[in-house]
Amino acid sequence: MSELKSGSNLEKVLNAGHFAFTGECGPPKGANVTHLKEKLNHLKGKVDAVNMTDNQTAVVRMSSLAGSVLMIEEGLEPNFQMVCRDRNRLAMMSDILGAYALGIRNMLCLSGDHQTFGNHPDAKNVHDIDSMQLISMVKKMRDEGKFLNDEDIDVPPKMFIGAACNPFADPYEYRVYRLANKIEAGADFIQTQCIFNMDKFRDFMKKVVDMGLHEKCYILAGVTPMKNAGMANFMSKFVPGMDIPDSLVKRLKSVDKKDQSEEGIKFALEQVEEFKEMEGVAGVHMMAIEWEHMVPEIAERAGVLPRPVV
Amino acid sequence: MIVADRKSLKEILAMVEDDKKILIAGCKGCVTVCNTGGLKEVEILASSMKIARKKQGNDIDIDINVLERQCDTEYVAGIKDTVEDYDSVISLACGVGPQFLSEMYKDQTFYPGVNTTFFGGATEHGVWEERCAGCGTCGIHNFGGLCPIARCAKSLMNGPCGGSSNGVCEVNKDIECIWDSIVRKKMDAGKIEDLMGVKGIKNWKTARDGGPRKSIREELVQGNI
Repeated sequence: MSELKSGSNLEKVLNAGHFAFTGECGPPKGANVTHLKEKLNHLKGKVDAVNMTDNQTAVVRMSSLAGSVLMIEEGLEPNFQMVCRDRNRLAMMSDILGAYALGIRNMLCLSGDHQTFGNHPDAKNVHDIDSMQLISMVKKMRDEGKFLNDEDIDVPPKMFIGAACNPFADPYEYRVYRLANKIEAGADFIQTQCIFNMDKFRDFMKKVVDMGLHEKCYILAGVTPMKNAGMANFMSKFVPGMDIPDSLVKRLKSVDKKDQSEEGIKFALEQVEEFKEMEGVAGVHMMAIEWEHMVPEIAERAGVLPRPVV
Repeated sequence: MIVADRKSLKEILAMVEDDKKILIAGCKGCVTVCNTGGLKEVEILASSMKIARKKQGNDIDIDINVLERQCDTEYVAGIKDTVEDYDSVISLACGVGPQFLSEMYKDQTFYPGVNTTFFGGATEHGVWEERCAGCGTCGIHNFGGLCPIARCAKSLMNGPCGGSSNGVCEVNKDIECIWDSIVRKKMDAGKIEDLMGVKGIKNWKTARDGGPRKSIREELVQGNI
């Protein structure tokens, strides 16, 4: 699109007009660096950047900042996730500076799942600022070189700013306007919630294109390959904001249990093919949850390899 | 008003298990309105405790007194002649009551008989709901008259989050997603533009984050009104 804001690999890939392909990796529930590196190695060379989740579903894990730095050591590019649930504005700005100092160039700004979903439901949440305000704060730090209080930053953090979008949450009619607000706040790229309801997503993207939002921001469509029908049922029931059509569950159940994972991958591949052609979609965010070792095969079969070197 | 729920009989009995003579102090303010600590509830608690203690073979002598308000030193002073006659006092006022009592009568022990929950009102008979977080900077007019600070589980200024589904909060099905209501109200009124742009970062200094708060009305302090 224009001058680079952070110079991250993800930004360069998108800026050069390539169809982006990002991955995701949850840090360990412990300090098991070996296991984390094993998971990351599956993704090496197969994706443009990897999201390092931040206590996702409110379950305590190794910090996303530490995980992101370990990722850099392994030669991958992190997309450092930050939620508003666990940090106030001081901690956030401090971690953003630390992240940049340690070589992190992408970050994803999120509200965070409520702590009652996680393994410390008695915790106090923070929510000093919300995800929209976090986006604008990172933009201010980057573009104006100022903290929230307008004091100057000595070497501002040049982040490629990401945000999430869930077209499947309610009220549906407002979701495209909320996306517009995130873009106005400063989001450079969007990663959507896992998409399973393709009809609804097609309609959503039409609204996005009609408003010209795809020209102001890169939109990466979220894809999660289902391992089996049980996973589809679980996500539908227990993961907030999921829209899993019965037709997908039926499709998974229509094959033998041992073949359900292949059916799930086939559905994901069909989605990627459609996203490649869908107006306004600039790439795919592949969230193979605890299935990182399948990403090389999925990427290969999706025809997104080799990843561009920009 | 301030809404409170009474603690369980078991918890209250455990607080005073070694005491033989106690006072249960009610309050004619908010806890009377929300049927937690008025005369009726004080009487019920006293009877229940007496029966329970009798069953244990450990009778207890209980007096009751419902103060005009426990959040006003003038009324708290009303029990000064008798308060030391008891082994302890259970207050059924909100959290303010047992503190005002403890501050005035330093040698007596005051137990909270209720859990103070929120600022709210009755939406139907027997049902109270939270409406205000007492953040010290009211801006509900910016949200269609509905407060996201008190009523959104994440206090989002720019909601709704991705967990909003069919008007219900992701936290549980019994919680309304207030952002769903805010958005629908604005959309129905054709005022979507009110929700465009980023609502600025909140100054929490006026909330509890700035430390315990005090409100001084000079004209009253000086006795002019």
